[in-house]
Amino acid sequence: MANARGLVAVNVEECKGCKLCVEACPVDVLHLAASYNTHGYSPAEYDGEGCTGCGVCFYACPEPGAITVYKNWADAQEAYVCGVKKVGSRLTVIDSVKGLAQCEACGQEVILSDYSNLSFSE
Amino acid sequence: MSVNILGKSKGFYDRYERRPGTNKEQTHYCPGCGHGILHKLIAEALTDFGASENCVFVSPVGCSVFAYYYFNAGNIQAAHGRAPAVATGVKRAMPESIVISYQGDGDLAAIGGNEILHAANRGESITVFFVNNAIYGMTGGQMAPTTLIGQKTTTTPYGRTLKNEGYPMRMAEIIASLESPVYVERVMLADTRSINAARKAVRKGIMNQIKQKGFSFVEVLSTCPTGWKMTAPQSQEWIKSTLVKNFPLGVLKDIALQVEPLDLSLNLAPSSRVPKLIGLEKEKLDFDPDSMKISREIDQEIKIAGFGGQGVLSLGVWLSEIGMHEDLQVSWIPSYGPEMRGGTANCHVKLSHNSIGSPLVTNPTILIAMNRPSLEKFEADVIEGGAVLYDSSLIDIEPTRKDVRSIPIPATEIANELGNTRISNVVILGVLAGFSDFLDPAVVQRVLPLIFKKRHLLEINLKAFQRGLELGRELLA
Repeated sequence: MANARGLVAVNVEECKGCKLCVEACPVDVLHLAASYNTHGYSPAEYDGEGCTGCGVCFYACPEPGAITVYKNWADAQEAYVCGVKKVGSRLTVIDSVKGLAQCEACGQEVILSDYSNLSFSE
Repeated sequence: MSVNILGKSKGFYDRYERRPGTNKEQTHYCPGCGHGILHKLIAEALTDFGASENCVFVSPVGCSVFAYYYFNAGNIQAAHGRAPAVATGVKRAMPESIVISYQGDGDLAAIGGNEILHAANRGESITVFFVNNAIYGMTGGQMAPTTLIGQKTTTTPYGRTLKNEGYPMRMAEIIASLESPVYVERVMLADTRSINAARKAVRKGIMNQIKQKGFSFVEVLSTCPTGWKMTAPQSQEWIKSTLVKNFPLGVLKDIALQVEPLDLSLNLAPSSRVPKLIGLEKEKLDFDPDSMKISREIDQEIKIAGFGGQGVLSLGVWLSEIGMHEDLQVSWIPSYGPEMRGGTANCHVKLSHNSIGSPLVTNPTILIAMNRPSLEKFEADVIEGGAVLYDSSLIDIEPTRKDVRSIPIPATEIANELGNTRISNVVILGVLAGFSDFLDPAVVQRVLPLIFKKRHLLEINLKAFQRGLELGRELLA
């Protein structure tokens, strides 16, 4: 998909399944999962491809930390600073639905919705 | 290369540790509630403007009462409807802070209707966010001043009628009609476009305050899926189809560019004068016996205070009873906590030669303190030349005033000697009769049998009175 430059990651435990993001998404790449989180809600889930990084779902969502949008995923991948090896690190998505990535340098798994714990070079 | 990520704002806590229970990652709001969206817009603006650290967030009564769980800012939770009044105080005390008053429609338009009008009219330099969902959400969906005509709520089960409840109140229009506010806008949280407009209004409201422009008011039409009995997407549709028709969107007033920044420095009294101004400091004079105000000729205002169960209130009743036998006008008014024993109790007694206007005793001629907190609390109120009688067997400090007669009485000790702790109040009554002429011991002795009808109780109380009387006369000598 030509416009698929973004990446959306849902924090399953913070989502309450209100469906506002699903309704709001202009390219229709979010849906409610069939499974439940520990609080009993069916969380929103990324289709896995097609996110343009527009950020509409982020502002539609009433939960402060349920949705994280990487407006330009390619930039974020390159800018990632690995906590272990510091250099040569780059992120690869290993599960776009669950929002999981891996550091190419150290192999560590990274939760993309937990962005405040990730460091990126400016 | 800067990485552009939209994620949880630093204006929020990472985990909501203040939230009770095990769920520390989600807000307490219902799924699809507009509060969450507005919180995000506010937190984002505060972070972007670098104002998060400097912000005091005043939360109301309503669902957003727990905003302090979430916002990484200074927080105060105000009494129902009083957020703008609290915000006024905070802003005036700390003009450099960014003060946000956040209220719902029940809180702002109903119970706090007066507070918001006056805060707006004074042009306080605060930012008010008014969340209007046309209902009392937290308490289960009752009618609010903003409820639409025909809208069914738990208190208008057949729909709000014009005849019974009148028209919904348009608060933004009312605020905009005042002179002082600099910026009033109504926005909604119903779709991408309107949330974007709300985001701009939130930022403008906060920026106005940073630039010291004055009072900003942003009304936000917001969803209450639970109260409206709808899904979250349906409730956004309802805002667009119905609510917004009654509450038209738009900028109602914006003179922020035309006004000069406010001078927020205040004409304050020097802090050294404050204790005196609020009555915490009295000039200390040596006690002059000639100025003694305890006598038959002078009307007496008596405050008796102590723990519940010490006979504080009873002593007051007896003094009134004695006063009546002396043909004086009397009043007695109690003030106590819900506990029968323990807790604090005090009563106000007036004995007067003329009719009594108010039964309240603010500045007593006589203070009877039966425990330490009472002495500490009321000592400063006693008039110059008055008397402070206190139970020295229970109170380990001395009165600090020098311009009043202080009389330590080991009342509890004497009562215990006589065999009953509970008669310490009668010992004090005796001292009162002994050291001044305003109580006639003969009258007291005539009244006591009317109070204590059981013989054994009367005997011990008469003994206690006698001991007190002797002690009082020694003091006089």
